[in-house]
Amino acid sequence: MNKTINQKAWFFVIPVFVLVAFNAIIPLMTVVNYAFQETFGNNVFMWEGTRWFKQIMLSERFHASLGRQFLFTFIILFIQIPLGIAIALTMPKEGIGVPVCLVLMSMPLLIPWNVVGAMWNIFALPDIGFLGHSLNALGFDYNFTQQIGDAWFTTILMDVWHWTSLVVLLSYAGLRSIQPAYYQAAEIDGASRWAIFTKIELPKMKKVLTIAILLRFMDSFMIYTEPFVLTGGGPGNATAFLSIDLVKMALGQFDLGPAAAMSLIYFFIVLLVCWVFYTLMMRNEEKS
Amino acid sequence: MAKVTLKGLSHSYLKTQSSDADWAIRGVDIDWNDGGAYALLGPSGCGKTTLLNIISGLITPTKGDILFDDKVISGLNPVERNIAQIFQFPVIYDTMTVYDNLAFPLRNRKIPEEEIKVKVHEIAEMLELSSTLNNRASGLTADGKQKISLGRGLVRSDVNAIMFDEPLTVIDPHLKWILRSKLKELHQKINRTMIYVTHDQTEALTFADQVVVMHEGQIVQTGTPVDLFEKPKHTFVGYFIGSPGMNVLPCQIKGNDVIVNGKKIETHQQIKKSNFNKTEVGVRPEFISFSNEGIPVKILSVSNTGRHKIVDTKSETGKIKIIAKSNEDIPAGSAFLKFKKEYTYTYGDSWIIE
Repeated sequence: MNKTINQKAWFFVIPVFVLVAFNAIIPLMTVVNYAFQETFGNNVFMWEGTRWFKQIMLSERFHASLGRQFLFTFIILFIQIPLGIAIALTMPKEGIGVPVCLVLMSMPLLIPWNVVGAMWNIFALPDIGFLGHSLNALGFDYNFTQQIGDAWFTTILMDVWHWTSLVVLLSYAGLRSIQPAYYQAAEIDGASRWAIFTKIELPKMKKVLTIAILLRFMDSFMIYTEPFVLTGGGPGNATAFLSIDLVKMALGQFDLGPAAAMSLIYFFIVLLVCWVFYTLMMRNEEKS
Repeated sequence: MAKVTLKGLSHSYLKTQSSDADWAIRGVDIDWNDGGAYALLGPSGCGKTTLLNIISGLITPTKGDILFDDKVISGLNPVERNIAQIFQFPVIYDTMTVYDNLAFPLRNRKIPEEEIKVKVHEIAEMLELSSTLNNRASGLTADGKQKISLGRGLVRSDVNAIMFDEPLTVIDPHLKWILRSKLKELHQKINRTMIYVTHDQTEALTFADQVVVMHEGQIVQTGTPVDLFEKPKHTFVGYFIGSPGMNVLPCQIKGNDVIVNGKKIETHQQIKKSNFNKTEVGVRPEFISFSNEGIPVKILSVSNTGRHKIVDTKSETGKIKIIAKSNEDIPAGSAFLKFKKEYTYTYGDSWIIE
């Protein structure tokens, strides 16, 4: 086949290019700019090569916050994905219950992130918060502002409250799209409820679950506002996840070079994990 | 294997029913012998899928009983009824291999693995799936998947009946023929009661020994393909079966005479009563010929299908189609038609007058 060669077609790409340049490439390039240089302000820059990258990669502080980040993301995925599927399975399939459940489920998703943080901060205060006060009244020694375990518990609980709904809605959509004939055939084949779940429902939900896991991974890996308002990264650095640590470094200490290098490393980790995960999940799809 | 009997079966999807239209099926009585091949034929929405799902136990009927071998089984679930059903769209378990798909109903019934192996290989052989047994089922073509659905019904040697709900809908036309003859062949080999639901007359007539024609939730006729063609008991059967369908013309009954367009015509039956709201005469295009006298018509158009010619004509009270031999000369302009007496019937309120 002969392709028509027409270089004028490039003009059609210009609007997209300009748009992407302004919202992604140019801001990212300033970060790249900072990552390889040292500045003392007044627009004076000195070339530093890969020094900041080496510094970050070898820094224990970065390792610690990266570890906390992975641990946090892993825990919330481990809770939210099964919990979301379980809730979706128990949701009504017809009648007035459907819109009621859907609206109730969407509520947490509609609340601004810093409001969620503030809400949970007050909710969990050991002396006046409903959660904190109740736990203490029940005999638990609970104080999320001072005890590391309590701070983690509260942060995770807050994220589960805020985001499980997303998994529920996606799973519910996936479940609803399964043709009734599959359930009828399974009934005739004598399949148990567990077999229906593992052999029909889970495989049919694979695509929406892939999206759910990807979205939840990215969002939780970049989480900032809610823990910042809730714990401020504390006690100590116990809940200082990557974003919180990054902001501390960039705006608290004004270490622009290392912070820029850290941003890029951070960015590549997110990209890499998403790519590996997506490739693994979709590998079988292409075969068949 | 079992004899299937339906007694006074009615079903409505509504909680309260005020008119006939509220019933998906009404007053269905059927007797199907053990090992027969039956078809339920009717247009979309006539209630045939509802009826099938009632037999398999996926729907509980509002009224009436279902009997397998003269035992009432209305309260049993699909597993207890021990039936197999093949759906319109191939239902396969995506993550399993073809082998595991076929073995699935047996494994659920806790049958020993050696026995399963023998059975699965036997069925795979029959359906020509042997070479793909270890492949993932999701990679197969639509007809391959439908064969798996079919195979899952066949592996259980003790099923009471195998039911097909328009199983060839998603299959390519040239494969339809192959699968259909495969079904027929299987039926002869395993000799189990098979019930086949379709809206396609060719499928029904080639598959079944006995065809049940449904219309608006009711059975309008049960019979062999030849019966349905030669002696439709309801005008619906007349024009639903056959291509083109039966010609139905309004008529008057005066004493024992049947009058169409002012001409007295001879019909198959002796007319005994005539107190109907509507009386009609039905005759298939195959049984009409041109003549020197009879019903006067105007010739509208002639289309040649290769095997024969279809002539569209217009009489005083309605259009009449005629099938003529492809080498026959068709009179131009106007002509007279003669109906073959043995195949001309009178209908009162759409039902044949006996």
